[in-house]
Amino acid sequence: MSAATTKTARPRIGAEAIAGKGWLGAHNWLILRRLSQLGILALFLAGPWFGVWIVKGNLSSSLTLDLLPLTDPFLLAQSLAAGTLPYKEALIGAGIVVAFYLAVGGRVFCSWVCPMNLVTDAAAWLRRRLGLKGGKIPSGDTRYWLLGFMLLAAFATGSLAWEWVNPVSMLHRGLIFGFGLAWGIVGGVFLYDLLIATRGWCGHLCPMGAFYSLLGSTALVRVSAAHRSACDDCMDCFAVCPEPQVIRPALKAAGQDHPVILDRNCTNCGRCIDVCGKNVFRITTRFDRSES
Amino acid sequence: MGDMQDKPVGQAGASPRRRFLREVAGVAGGACLLSLGVGLYAKQASALPAVALRPPGALAEDDFLAACVRCGLCVRDCPYDTLKLAALGEAVPTGTPYFNARQIPCEMCEDIPCVAACPTGALDRSLTDIGKARMGLAVLIDHETCLNFLGLRCDVCYRVCPVIDKAITLERQHNPRSDRHAMLLPTVHSDYCTGCGKCEKSCVLPGEAAIKVLPVKLAQGSKAEHYRKGWEEKEAAGQSLIGEQIELPARGLEDKAYGDTRVLPGQGPVPATPARPGSGLDSGWKP
Ligand code: SF4
Ligand code: SF4
Ligand code: SF4
Ligand code: SF4
Ligand code: SF4
Repeated sequence: MSAATTKTARPRIGAEAIAGKGWLGAHNWLILRRLSQLGILALFLAGPWFGVWIVKGNLSSSLTLDLLPLTDPFLLAQSLAAGTLPYKEALIGAGIVVAFYLAVGGRVFCSWVCPMNLVTDAAAWLRRRLGLKGGKIPSGDTRYWLLGFMLLAAFATGSLAWEWVNPVSMLHRGLIFGFGLAWGIVGGVFLYDLLIATRGWCGHLCPMGAFYSLLGSTALVRVSAAHRSACDDCMDCFAVCPEPQVIRPALKAAGQDHPVILDRNCTNCGRCIDVCGKNVFRITTRFDRSES
Repeated sequence: MGDMQDKPVGQAGASPRRRFLREVAGVAGGACLLSLGVGLYAKQASALPAVALRPPGALAEDDFLAACVRCGLCVRDCPYDTLKLAALGEAVPTGTPYFNARQIPCEMCEDIPCVAACPTGALDRSLTDIGKARMGLAVLIDHETCLNFLGLRCDVCYRVCPVIDKAITLERQHNPRSDRHAMLLPTVHSDYCTGCGKCEKSCVLPGEAAIKVLPVKLAQGSKAEHYRKGWEEKEAAGQSLIGEQIELPARGLEDKAYGDTRVLPGQGPVPATPARPGSGLDSGWKP
């Protein structure tokens, strides 16, 4: 903490990176990520808005080019827990999704696909800008408990219990099929993140994120603090990271001797790569433990 | 737990393990309560309103809610925009497909694209003959406004029915008001009605229809299995089970078969003139 407090006159987070790499260079990954999020959304909306049916359905289950089925494995897990065995389309669709995220990291869904990320990122950004501090943050483990109990609830009620309130699928479905009162739930998540808990939703509660983080436990693609010797403790990466606790072991060699971020909650968003003025981070595989 | 090394752990009396346990208990308790709330909410909000019909092939409502992942693929593949995906705040479970017959009924596509599109089996692909769909059951629900019940010839619901003369028939009945016309009562037969809702959609009444398609559970009474129907028993046994009945003659109908009360014009006893004009069945009223 000392580094951050002594440099009180620091202008903005990432200013050094912008000065060093230029604005574009300091927003590389962020831009790519937004393109990915909005691009995926656009694919889903091209049909209902312009009649270009590349992708049908929503993130819960979809059909691309009348050929490729994709199904959200968390929804499928709820469905299985509720006591049905879906058709093979849904099973294959979930299999493809699982295989993909096993390789690239489960929470890549969170940072590159999930529409709620736009909402919670906006809340986090505004929170930083307004300098809001404090609030009551639940334990980061809550999401795993919630995940477990939600599957239990699906089993006990014989229905997809979480889908009655799931803000994530509601947001995506709302964008594509019409909202109703789901705005309220999405707005609630935004205000919760803004006023009550920093990164409270994605980082502590969302059972969907928890599911994907478990999925990504052994992911191949990882971020590495490969150039950690250059770190000057500016803390910018901690400030922008949606799961800042994942950085410390790799950057500060706390409890591990290599610089690869192995924590399953790292979303591979690449924001730390962007924001670091010292180019400490890079994207690589979990086996590349080299330092440079 | 990663940040435990940073913080001074040893508050007096709380070992790290005990603190850990307390934390876990708190988190688990909170998550459990939340799930319980969600579960209860899911249970109590899962009643489907009477006007909401599920697409063809939908599993029984409980199984449907377990299987449907709310993707809307069925909605997309319905060529008539019949199906809607329920938004939050509607009475239908959020995100599940339904239709409202009075707005857009099901056109009973032969290839049933909605069923083919469903990846989960919430719409059952063993339904290959749309005539076997049971999305609901039509009920002529209002005998007071139905034009045919008033003795007029509307028949629209009957005529639009894709399963005409099987799912819906016009049953002829004596019209006691005019005494010289028949009433042709639209009558639905559950063996054939698919619940497509075309009858409800086309009912000519300006607001609500007199014939409505309801979920089968609401539309149909349970069978009275404990009753034995005399006529069926008689047929099965080849004779009446309680022996021959004494047939008492009815005055004025002496040369009729037992139970036959039909009277041809100019035949039978002349009814007494009603005490007051304007009362009685044949009151001389003309439409
Ligand atoms: S944690 Fe949940 S809401 Fe946040 S990005 Fe991941 S799936 Fe979306
Ligand atoms: S890794 Fe980079 S952004 Fe993070 S504290 Fe060090 S210098 Fe700052
Ligand atoms: S049978 Fe045809 S009209 Fe009826 S719901 Fe299915 S797709 Fe729509
Ligand atoms: S296609 Fe099947 S799973 Fe998807 S919304 Fe329709 S019924 Fe539900
Ligand atoms: S709902 Fe009406 S139109 Fe459709 S099959 Fe039944 S009686 Fe016929």
